[in-house]
Amino acid sequence: MYTQALNSSDGDDRGVEDVAHASQFQARIDADERIEPNDWMPAAYRKTLTRQISQHAHSEIVGMLPEGNWITRAPSLRRKAALLAKVQDECGHGLYLYAAAETLGTSREELVDAMLAGKAKYSSIFNYPTLTWADIGTIGWLVDGAAIMNQIPLCRCSYGPYARAMIRVCKEESFHQRQGFEIMVTLCRGTAEQKAMAQNALDRWWWPVLMMFGPPDQVSQHSDTSTKWKIKRFSNDELRQKFIDATVPQAEFLGLKIPDPGMKQNENGNWVHSPIDWDEFKQVLAGNGPCNRDRLAARRKAHDEGAWVREAAAAYAEKRKSRRLAQAAE
Amino acid sequence: MATANIEVSETPLVLYALRRADDALILGHRLSEWCGHAPALEEDMALANMGLDLLGQARELYSYAAKVEGRGNDEDKFAYLRDVRQYRNLLLVEQPNGDFARTMVRQFFYAVFADLYWRAMMASNDPTLAAIAAKSEKESAYHVRHSSEWIVRLGDGTAESHRRAQNAIDDLWAYTGEMFAVDDGERGLIDAGIAIDPATLKPRWLKTVTGIVNEATLALPNSDWMQQGGRSGSHSEHLGHLLSELQSLQRTFPGATW
Amino acid sequence: MATPNTPLWEVFIRSRNGLAHKHVGSLHAADSTLALQAARDIYTRRGEGLSIWVVPSNAITASDPSEKGMMFEPAESKIYRHPTFYDVPDEVGHM
Repeated sequence: MYTQALNSSDGDDRGVEDVAHASQFQARIDADERIEPNDWMPAAYRKTLTRQISQHAHSEIVGMLPEGNWITRAPSLRRKAALLAKVQDECGHGLYLYAAAETLGTSREELVDAMLAGKAKYSSIFNYPTLTWADIGTIGWLVDGAAIMNQIPLCRCSYGPYARAMIRVCKEESFHQRQGFEIMVTLCRGTAEQKAMAQNALDRWWWPVLMMFGPPDQVSQHSDTSTKWKIKRFSNDELRQKFIDATVPQAEFLGLKIPDPGMKQNENGNWVHSPIDWDEFKQVLAGNGPCNRDRLAARRKAHDEGAWVREAAAAYAEKRKSRRLAQAAE
Repeated sequence: MATANIEVSETPLVLYALRRADDALILGHRLSEWCGHAPALEEDMALANMGLDLLGQARELYSYAAKVEGRGNDEDKFAYLRDVRQYRNLLLVEQPNGDFARTMVRQFFYAVFADLYWRAMMASNDPTLAAIAAKSEKESAYHVRHSSEWIVRLGDGTAESHRRAQNAIDDLWAYTGEMFAVDDGERGLIDAGIAIDPATLKPRWLKTVTGIVNEATLALPNSDWMQQGGRSGSHSEHLGHLLSELQSLQRTFPGATW
Repeated sequence: MATPNTPLWEVFIRSRNGLAHKHVGSLHAADSTLALQAARDIYTRRGEGLSIWVVPSNAITASDPSEKGMMFEPAESKIYRHPTFYDVPDEVGHM
């Protein structure tokens, strides 16, 4: 799961090193060819993609934490198996994405270290807490729903390894949103307490989920280059609108109220939301969301406490190599 | 009002299935606690896979226990509505994860046993247990492979990993004897060809465990004092905390469907 | 706090009997045994595979994309290597 909010390019391509290469490069993109790791590419393209893919990977890994918070408390064995498998998938997706980012020349270790040092971003949505079981349903339904909107176009992204990773991710994620919606249906058909739990979760997650798509188009920077390079194929507002229009009837089916009394349908049938509190979004991105510190602390703890294990494996690999060499020399 | 515990008619066969189901559920639950916190992403994937294998085994065994019992219980009632005194798992599997070495040693001790056990149970007269055994044996065989490779790397890795692995072995060793114990009810099932006598597995278990531990430059303790009690509901303090978390929603919202 | 790099491996999976191994992705592991296990745990969770190869990424020698013309274009004109180059009268039937 991931968000559109971070899909913006690092500056423009004006300082391009080599004009002839650059125009050949753009011609290949325009012809819908895929760019592969060893191909020539502008430094800004490499930088933009390294940042975007690694942020996407960080989001998958940090995104394991809010849902992982409920694996040990899942209310039935069936739910427990599904949730463990889903959070495990997110780990796998982080892993595929780090591998795609590495093809651009930066190692996973460097990318992870930047995240742990607080220098790299990840999706703002994972800085909100999961308070009840209904949050698990809501995350699957809305957060994964929003992620799919963003991720499907990325399957056609111009960078081959990223596009291939996204195809795998989208295929595997197809059960995630259904898993969440099934939880919501069960809660909404359950006791009054369960239904209230579902409504409360929707109330808390709705606006943060709309923010996942990023700032409105008129203030979003750098989109042009990302669009020209076919990294980004739809604008933030386009995807947000598509998401809302898909979600409104689902909420109706559940009998839940979207917490936006001012939302109206326009003449084209699109649902128009009330203004989004972008100050909150900025604060969360800047590290001041309700869980930013907890999330980073959890990842740092796993990383630090795992160091001796990784060192042991490396030390053993060295010993094994030298033993094999010694054997071969005999 | 919290939901009351269910009553279970613990006939020998029901109890037999519940004990194995509880082993799998509790160990699977412990492994699931790692999700998102493992030493490397690759290992996070592996721990979750083993946890899912065990969770699957638990569900099949609970469902079978429910069918044999025939009193309207089901997998979730067994898992969520029995208290600590009604749980029948081995003390070994409820021990906390601790560091990665402790989790791997616990996994290794159990998996080597489980693999031998399920392989023998494939010949059970009880077709359901034989079928569960056939599936579980392949899963356990991989758990043996995975945990053995790590025992060797931790033991023969760095001084720190060696120390941690040896501590884990020393601390968990006393919980291994319970795997081979049999009570009167189980004796009847063994005589009827439904169950196998786990004591017969002990020499092979010890041989495999010793082989890997030696390769890892580690050592097994000399002590043969073994803790018992899990099979009859006398657990360590850890299980109660695990269950209070596992069962929290079912206990807080009695009778709700999730 | 730089972390030492764990070696990178490329993973190839043979999905069904008769099909060749296909590249599916990469992973990090300290040695080949752990790499093979990780490949199993990461890339065959949905029954995708019957056989796995893992290869150290740095063992792969790749063609240079800037030499694409020299490497691959000469083959494009050798149309006589394809069956459609040859005319066989219709009445002969399938050949």
